[in-house]
Amino acid sequence: MSDIQIVNAPPGVEGSGFFATSLDKAIGLARSHSLWPLPFATSCCGIEFMATMGSHYDLSRFGAERLSFSPRQADLLMVMGTISKKMAPVLRQVYLQMAEPRWVMAVGACASSGGIFDTYSVLQGIDEVIPVDVYVPGCPPRPEAIIDGFMNIQKLVQTESLRRRNEPKYQELLAKYGIQ
Amino acid sequence: MGKITNQEVLDKIAAKFGDQVSVIGEPHSLLTVETGREQIIDLLTFLKNDATLQFIFLTDITAIHYPEQEKPIGIIYHLHSLVNNVRIRIKVFVADGDVHMPTATVLWDGANWMERETYDFFGVVFDGHPDLRRILNVDDMTVFPMRKEYPLEDPNRVDKKDYFFGR
Repeated sequence: MSDIQIVNAPPGVEGSGFFATSLDKAIGLARSHSLWPLPFATSCCGIEFMATMGSHYDLSRFGAERLSFSPRQADLLMVMGTISKKMAPVLRQVYLQMAEPRWVMAVGACASSGGIFDTYSVLQGIDEVIPVDVYVPGCPPRPEAIIDGFMNIQKLVQTESLRRRNEPKYQELLAKYGIQ
Repeated sequence: MGKITNQEVLDKIAAKFGDQVSVIGEPHSLLTVETGREQIIDLLTFLKNDATLQFIFLTDITAIHYPEQEKPIGIIYHLHSLVNNVRIRIKVFVADGDVHMPTATVLWDGANWMERETYDFFGVVFDGHPDLRRILNVDDMTVFPMRKEYPLEDPNRVDKKDYFFGR
């Protein structure tokens, strides 16, 4: 037996010569193993992310080989670092320019809550301007923590319906942020 | 050490401005003088253009706030003579309700951003500045954050303690 690990098939009906599952699950499987992150790195957490992308921790194993430094084709917005109030409209614009399906990960204490910067000039958590799917705690989080957050995003992606934006709950959430 | 002593600098200033310029002290051998709002541009012009002094480099413009003083807001100029390798610091104190200063952009273009920063954080209005906008903070801010008129953080807060952040 080779020790190469292969992703398990989604739950479905198996028989001789055929395998049936729902389109949602098949698409979710494909999406979750080819997430293209858009790193929005402003400070130290960004350096930690570089280590995560490096050969030792190797985020590319999860199909996140292509870091998109443009909102085009990107699925996952990774906000890493302190977001000041002056940066908030820029971050929001980057989020708005991303096409569905899109997920957001707040990496580290600053992006999640403002962290130690309890100041007039710092946004106290990016969830004040854009919806967030996964928060990664730590100051800064170790690469393992970032990978854990990434795998949590993968779980979300796998279990999500094909057209999340058509769900009333999701539309309600976006409306809360004044998007669309 | 520079090629020119602080005493020589002082003598030259005193010869031209007399008692309009007073010495505050020389901490760390940095000559510190105080003057009034009316003389500041004349003094800076003199220091910059004098043939022997040649304080041609404007290191910084900033401000300070001493709430207990009669004139609480001080505007501070740091000059550096690249030729003689000496520095000088000039302070001008103004009253709280009248925080206006003539702009130094007539002498140094570099004063533009320094004065914008001083306006941004201390609310000092530089008259004659070509473009007095905030430079570091958000444009719609209504306060001047470096003034000492805001209460410190509530010391009883627990929501940002270290152990919440794994430290």
